[in-house]
Amino acid sequence: MRSLIDITDLSTAELDELMDTAADIIANGKKYSDACRGKKLATLFFEPSTRTRLSFEAAMYELGGNVLSVTDAASSSASKGESVSDTVKVVSCYADIIAMRHPKEGAALVAAHSASIPVINAGDGGHCHPTQTLADLLTIRREKGSLNGLTVGLCGDLKFGRTVHSLIAALSRYEGLKFVLISPEELKVPSYVKNDALKKRNIPYTQTTDLTSALPELDILYMTRVQRERFFNEEDYLRLKDSYVLTPEKLKIAKEDLCIMHPLPRVNEISVAVDDDPRACYFKQALNGKYMRMALILKLLKEAGTL
Amino acid sequence: MNIDSIRNGIVIDHISAGSGMKLYDLLGLDKLDVSVAIIKNVVSGKMGKKDIIKVDADIPVDLDVIGYVDPGATVNVIRDGILIEKKTIGMPARLTNVIRCKNPRCITSCEQELAQVFLLTDADNKEYRCMYCETKASVI
Repeated sequence: MRSLIDITDLSTAELDELMDTAADIIANGKKYSDACRGKKLATLFFEPSTRTRLSFEAAMYELGGNVLSVTDAASSSASKGESVSDTVKVVSCYADIIAMRHPKEGAALVAAHSASIPVINAGDGGHCHPTQTLADLLTIRREKGSLNGLTVGLCGDLKFGRTVHSLIAALSRYEGLKFVLISPEELKVPSYVKNDALKKRNIPYTQTTDLTSALPELDILYMTRVQRERFFNEEDYLRLKDSYVLTPEKLKIAKEDLCIMHPLPRVNEISVAVDDDPRACYFKQALNGKYMRMALILKLLKEAGTL
Repeated sequence: MNIDSIRNGIVIDHISAGSGMKLYDLLGLDKLDVSVAIIKNVVSGKMGKKDIIKVDADIPVDLDVIGYVDPGATVNVIRDGILIEKKTIGMPARLTNVIRCKNPRCITSCEQELAQVFLLTDADNKEYRCMYCETKASVI
């Protein structure tokens, strides 16, 4: 059974195919309004999330399907000690496809091994969040016209930021890219991410702690939040949480066609004043996420023989 | 130093000097009620020094464990005092229930009876990663 656990589960051709489908959904929405009639998406969210769950649910509704939802781990069987494996075996009896978020890393893979229906990883702890990456890729392609030949700056928590790891892995398969990794020393990209995605492919990258000096050369600036829930130590979180704050003032030296992205939710790393800047793309990203989730649900249900 | 030769059993040879005790522990040889000899720092033409383990019983050994600790080791099976089989090991592509993931955020820390699986991700650097959370195994 085909599932999506890690963005690298998808080939470059499949990423392009999903973006093409999403573009067609954007252009011809009505054509898809009944595509999943009678099908059910189970959203199993064992960790708090609003936007990702709503995005999945909106995606399924726009495809004419229905949604079964677990929104609170405390009210689910997990609170009684049921394993992920057992939970998804039961849910497989009721739904056609699962979108799951879980605080433990690797939980989605366990689910995919046990479920008899496709599983979409909607975030497994600090590990992977592939559908956010799909949203990011579509946003870049729509804003820049291509995923090739760009200088991409990633800023903030690059250690625990799963969206960053997945985005690097996905973008590294395109041509002519350069990465600028901007983070405090304590929150640098893990070496295995750099080794697997960048060094092995000889993709140029630089690491810096200084956002301002890196800004002028960037085509994409991907900001991330320092996430309280990823720290065992509150003191470390408090020390690092305000490392970078993007303001209109700082953006004066940036390119006119810079694309500013953020996986959301934002706390204070992008000033609200930046929202009016035409270069701010983070709310478009949320919309693109819904289109890509629609394309993904269609693809996985078709491959499962359900559609 | 004299260690009697064995009639029926196994000899794990060409163990890098110093790794004999690790293998002894990971293979669970301490739990056996048979004669087990660990010979350390044996002079070796090829290796300079090596460790050897002799087990005086024809027990099954987990070759993945041996390959993980020391891919250059060999396993000799002895029957009636005669060497009947010599196995070379190499690094296993997959380790199941040999080592544990130490990442407290990993699903293996809480999922009931979930096997601990590590995959060889970089043979040159002898690097294994947890199949679930991709955390690197601690160097043994």
